[in-house]
Amino acid sequence: MTDYEHHEYDVLIIGAGGAGLRAAIEAKQRGLSVGIVTKSLLGKAHTVMAEGGMAAAMGNVYPEDNWKVHFRDTMRGGKYLNNYRMAELHAKESPDRVWELEQWGALFDRTKDGKILQRDFGGHRYARLAHVGDRTGLELIRTLQQKVVSMGTDVYMECKVLKLVHDADGRVAGCVAYWRPSGEFVTFGAKSVILATGGTGKSWKFTSNSWEGTGDGHAMALWAGAQLIDMECIQFHPTGMVWPHSVRGLLVTEGVRGDGGVLRNSEGKRFMFNYVADMFRAETAETEEEADKWYDDHTAGRRPPELLPRDEVARAINTEVKAGRGSPHGGVFLDIASRRSPEFIRRRLPSMYHQFMELAGVDITTDPMEIGPTCHYIMGGVKVDAETAATLAPGLFAAGEVAGGMHGANRLGGNSLSDLVVFGKRAGMGAADYVESGQAATTLDMGEVEAAVKEALAPFDRASGENPYDIQRDLQEMMQVNVGIIRTASELEFAATELDKFTERVKNIAVKGGRAYNPGWNLTTDLPAMLTVCRTVTRGATLRKESRGGHTREDFPAADPAFAKFNFAHSTNGGNWDSPIDTVESPLLEMPDDLKALLEEDH
Amino acid sequence: MAEVTMKVWRGDANGGDFESYTLTQNEGEVVLDVIHRIQATEAPDLACRWNCKAGKCGSCSAEINGKPRLMCMTRMDQLPEGEVTVTPMKTFPIIRDLVTDVSFNYVQAQKVPALLPPPMPEGGYRMFQEDVERGQEFRKCIECFLCQDVCHVIRDHEDNKASYSGPRFFIRYAELEMHPLDQNDRRHLVREEMGLGYCNITKCCTEVCPEHIHITDNAIIPLKERVVDVAYDPVAWLGRKILRRTNRSAADADVQPAP
Repeated sequence: MTDYEHHEYDVLIIGAGGAGLRAAIEAKQRGLSVGIVTKSLLGKAHTVMAEGGMAAAMGNVYPEDNWKVHFRDTMRGGKYLNNYRMAELHAKESPDRVWELEQWGALFDRTKDGKILQRDFGGHRYARLAHVGDRTGLELIRTLQQKVVSMGTDVYMECKVLKLVHDADGRVAGCVAYWRPSGEFVTFGAKSVILATGGTGKSWKFTSNSWEGTGDGHAMALWAGAQLIDMECIQFHPTGMVWPHSVRGLLVTEGVRGDGGVLRNSEGKRFMFNYVADMFRAETAETEEEADKWYDDHTAGRRPPELLPRDEVARAINTEVKAGRGSPHGGVFLDIASRRSPEFIRRRLPSMYHQFMELAGVDITTDPMEIGPTCHYIMGGVKVDAETAATLAPGLFAAGEVAGGMHGANRLGGNSLSDLVVFGKRAGMGAADYVESGQAATTLDMGEVEAAVKEALAPFDRASGENPYDIQRDLQEMMQVNVGIIRTASELEFAATELDKFTERVKNIAVKGGRAYNPGWNLTTDLPAMLTVCRTVTRGATLRKESRGGHTREDFPAADPAFAKFNFAHSTNGGNWDSPIDTVESPLLEMPDDLKALLEEDH
Repeated sequence: MAEVTMKVWRGDANGGDFESYTLTQNEGEVVLDVIHRIQATEAPDLACRWNCKAGKCGSCSAEINGKPRLMCMTRMDQLPEGEVTVTPMKTFPIIRDLVTDVSFNYVQAQKVPALLPPPMPEGGYRMFQEDVERGQEFRKCIECFLCQDVCHVIRDHEDNKASYSGPRFFIRYAELEMHPLDQNDRRHLVREEMGLGYCNITKCCTEVCPEHIHITDNAIIPLKERVVDVAYDPVAWLGRKILRRTNRSAADADVQPAP
């Protein structure tokens, strides 16, 4: 048996985005030893890409706002598939999580009387998003990063975790990883492990996600004995760039619409008025005139339809393009130039101005943007306990995008950054309680470590085989076409058989070059996780024979109340990436009557 | 379609050389797109760092035709015709190909005494937009470290790294100094231990900043003025002697030493 570099912690955190860093602060404040492992450098996680803001019912702009309205908006946005308890805790605790960031150095934009300014976003009844221009995610991650560093936390950068490892009793006891700069393996032993690995958008061709979004945490949790829920619920953000081709999918913040931007088709028409679902009709403006009054005073008119939840807007854009009313490069127009002054646009949306000017040569203060839907976020994830973030695998916790339940079938914009800090803190608390309870794991099962190492090195031994980049590209195209925004039984069936073929292809990869900082090898280690995730997404999408939130079926276009009672929960017995996956209907938590009443109230 | 030849530095700490790759050029591409196409076809082991591909994470710093830039924000059609050379940042040790060891910056980050705010009043702190804006400019920093790369104090003098934190951290110190809530005083530290005096305001850092932060004018020069004020003010000097004022906040008590 080989001797590996080895480290021991009370709490080991995998992932260094908002959730992981917030969890680290919590566990560290409890006096526990904490290690953070990240496959990139510290401060580069996908959290930096978040633009518009973090939702918290502080009531700084609209004093009428409170946690009850935020809870209601979140549940309606999620089409009631949410873990209600998560949505409740999130709505109650997010204001404190925002204020706490200020104590650690964050500088949010201000109201005239010096409070934290809040902006409008889709699906939120009141202006609720604390923000810094359109770079709120950067502010969040930098603040947490600086706090974590000032506390003296150990951070293992560019260290990629391959697999979670159990102890002899089946509790999660740590993981096996490799250093990307050297290619050497390393093991971590831990009394508890928190997954904070983010999302999985890199399995689609047009995505706002970076190379990191390969679903490592989703897959590792499944392999380790936890369950995944709602995997069919994928958010296609309505506004991604569509041109130039090389930046297709890059995010354009919802803040553009929150600040007055509107969507137009090739005929110049504000088409969203034609796509207001019954559920939102009572609170949505019927005319452009009414909608335009609303921006300045939310009591003077109802909300513009451009600010419906993201799933509604993405589907509408898709329909307009299919009907031949799209823009020259296959999107629609997002126009703020004709509606706000150049000074306003540059001050409120500096990154968007910069991004379009430098990458597309478009001046958004004078010309409309061309945009279209892009794979952005997975609502589905590891099934967790709302209070503690504990998964069904003893010793394993999950927070942030990798966890499921909080957002139901569709996430509202701004609810992600607040999710990270609310449940990051709770995961830190949950893991600390678990460690202190004395039931934590002991030593790593070295058999599992050896098996993972052997599998990771196998592609070096094959004299000939496939290029991992070819497989990744083909997988992205296949998922985009067959498991995209609009789905149908025949395509999903086809996708399932294709995924079996991809599994065989991955087993035949040959890696060129050495182990030190080899991106081809790194991608090879990502592909098993990507395939596991794609299989659960396809399975869930096949079984959910209705349309709800981020899951739309052409052959079942309406929501079906029978499907509103459960999540599809996936698990595996084998523990390997190619093991069979079992799927069951997992009933939703029963909501107490006082919370049910909130959903019906007209706030 | 026109073709382009990329000369990419390949090697590791033991040395290396340029390798040429000739590809067709696609509309609207940035340098990082072309590097990715080389990876996906000819050289799957070509090492480069990247994350967001949108100029927001600061991972893909390199020197393009000798100029420090983000690969994701440099459009191919805006470079002069002819070969394009891509080399790793010069100031930091090579790991492999275009990837350098930037841990110098993470060590500097550990030395920064944290924000020390007063207790938060009910309903949150009150701060005004014009007061937070100065700090917000510096908090736009994406930590691409191009300013550190171009700064001749450490680019040309390896031994200065021990006593110089560099422009990225001067804007961090300036941000904290200008933070409306901060009660800490880092002026002595910045002068004595972070090497602010080495900077002779040639503005190279400002020129390469992809976020267009006015590093020299808005951070370094005001910081130099404040530091000089405290260093040569006899009352402040006496105060330091008597009160033995420290620069550290409570949160720093357990800052671990640099690895």
